[in-house]
Amino acid sequence: MKYIGKKLATMLITVLIVTMLVFLAFRVIPGDPVSNMLGTSATEEKVANLREQLGLNRPLPVRYIEWVRDFFFGDMGKSYTYGMSVKSMLASKIPITITLTVMSFILVVLISIPLGIYCAKHEDKWYSKAIDVINQITMSVPSFFVGMIITYIFGLVLRWFRPGAFVNYKTSVVGFLGYLIFPAISIALPKAAMTVKLLKSSVLKEGKLDYVRTAYSRGNSTDQVLYKHVFKNALIPVITFLGVTLADMVAGSIIVEQVFSIPGLGRLLITSISTRDYPVAQAIIAIIACIVIFINFMVDILYKVIDPRISK
Amino acid sequence: MQKFKSNQKLYIGAFITGIMLLLALTGTVFTPYDPNAMDTTAKFGSISLKHIMGCDNFGRDIFSRVLAGLSTTMSVAMGTVLIGIFFGTLIGAFTGYFGGMPDEILMRINDAVLAFPSLLLALVFISIMGPGKFNVTIALGILFIPGFARIMRGEFLRCKNLDYVQSARLMGASDLRIMFVHILPNTLQVMLSTVAIGFNNAVLAEAGMSFLGIGVQPPDSSLGRMLSEAQTYLFIKPGYAIVTGMTIALLILGFAMLSEGLEKNA
Repeated sequence: MKYIGKKLATMLITVLIVTMLVFLAFRVIPGDPVSNMLGTSATEEKVANLREQLGLNRPLPVRYIEWVRDFFFGDMGKSYTYGMSVKSMLASKIPITITLTVMSFILVVLISIPLGIYCAKHEDKWYSKAIDVINQITMSVPSFFVGMIITYIFGLVLRWFRPGAFVNYKTSVVGFLGYLIFPAISIALPKAAMTVKLLKSSVLKEGKLDYVRTAYSRGNSTDQVLYKHVFKNALIPVITFLGVTLADMVAGSIIVEQVFSIPGLGRLLITSISTRDYPVAQAIIAIIACIVIFINFMVDILYKVIDPRISK
Repeated sequence: MQKFKSNQKLYIGAFITGIMLLLALTGTVFTPYDPNAMDTTAKFGSISLKHIMGCDNFGRDIFSRVLAGLSTTMSVAMGTVLIGIFFGTLIGAFTGYFGGMPDEILMRINDAVLAFPSLLLALVFISIMGPGKFNVTIALGILFIPGFARIMRGEFLRCKNLDYVQSARLMGASDLRIMFVHILPNTLQVMLSTVAIGFNNAVLAEAGMSFLGIGVQPPDSSLGRMLSEAQTYLFIKPGYAIVTGMTIALLILGFAMLSEGLEKNA
């Protein structure tokens, strides 16, 4: 309990620091949103009015506190470009990005855990070595290039899906998931390859320890030793890695969304950065940051469940 | 020497990286055609003796563009790694060697930054500083400092109580001398493998950002940017995407294997 409390406190402090940094970062940007909105020919009076209206005249700390308060109550301001509330703009995008990330993560786990254990078990066989080579190559291909290869093969040649024809979940859930499966594979493949490699080496390393020899000497079969003893211990470094990977995939989906023209958070973020639509960019970055911090927190908790020896 | 013989990864990695470096160097001084020269008669021109990789949508020679893009990507990665390793080593040396409160504070900040997807941070930097080759290098360089600092700190922490440091201290060597004359050379193995993996990450980050259009800006060509152009013409000319994507993948593969090889060798 004390452990959870400590981690919770760390998480809250991190959220505070990160939101502060995001807020500050968007204050030092050169280029004035007001002149962006009104154009260069605006009168000084007009500019002053709009600054007042947007609350750009008040001191920074006040604006930060107000922003954080509003942010956590779901009020993220208005988009400079569209004049819509940021919340309404993001509401329909968040489920898309989260679904994509979760799907990719499930794929990583489904591919890498069985394959990693299989490779460790058959370490000396030629096919295990062949998988090693394929792994090393897969790891080196960036997700957006995997996405393009998939688009070409499955979209343009085999025509299993229509590239760019994104189906919204409001129209058809099946169509939505069906479209997302290809980008999910693109995000998952390189990450899965890394996980396989890590899991394999982790299992092999654990296998050399004394307790494994003891377990064997007590008459356990290879499978029993592997699944009852080694697996759980070998999983610890893998969980750390999967936590980092999940956080990375949230950000990585930004690029892959671009490849498959998925109208998620990533695409909106890129657009808002290039049009200097700060309230939108700021909100998206803060949201992704909070998701990442929360994932890190969950990983810490999960550790404790798997390995009770961890107390600090 | 025996270790080197069994270390295939090091050899293959060094081989791939060497070829890529050579191509990138070539790209800075010579390309068969001007990478930005358009030839409307050669639009989507196929592979020929004149254009060994064909031409793109504007009739530009793809091979020349790959060479130029490779050298841009490499120079960004080089700058990034240099910034990262220089400041990272400095911070790591002082925090690892002296320890204490500054160490605690810096390492906590480090943890917070490291827990964060670097792409996201890079996006924040770029939205502040604006895109472009120079800004991308600075942004990525700053982002790489914490990672390098953590590894170098570990090395200095490990070395600071070893016998040779103790005897140097007994001989009256100053802290600075011990840190940079005695300990630093002994961290070289680890530093090299970290640099290799740093290149790997830098190439990936630069390519990703340029792919999104917020990295290197035209007229500078970059592999990431070319890949995003190639995507538009994926159906008409898949070769363009394949050549560009493979170049990025080979770069990353080379650096990854080199890093693993060096680590194994250490």
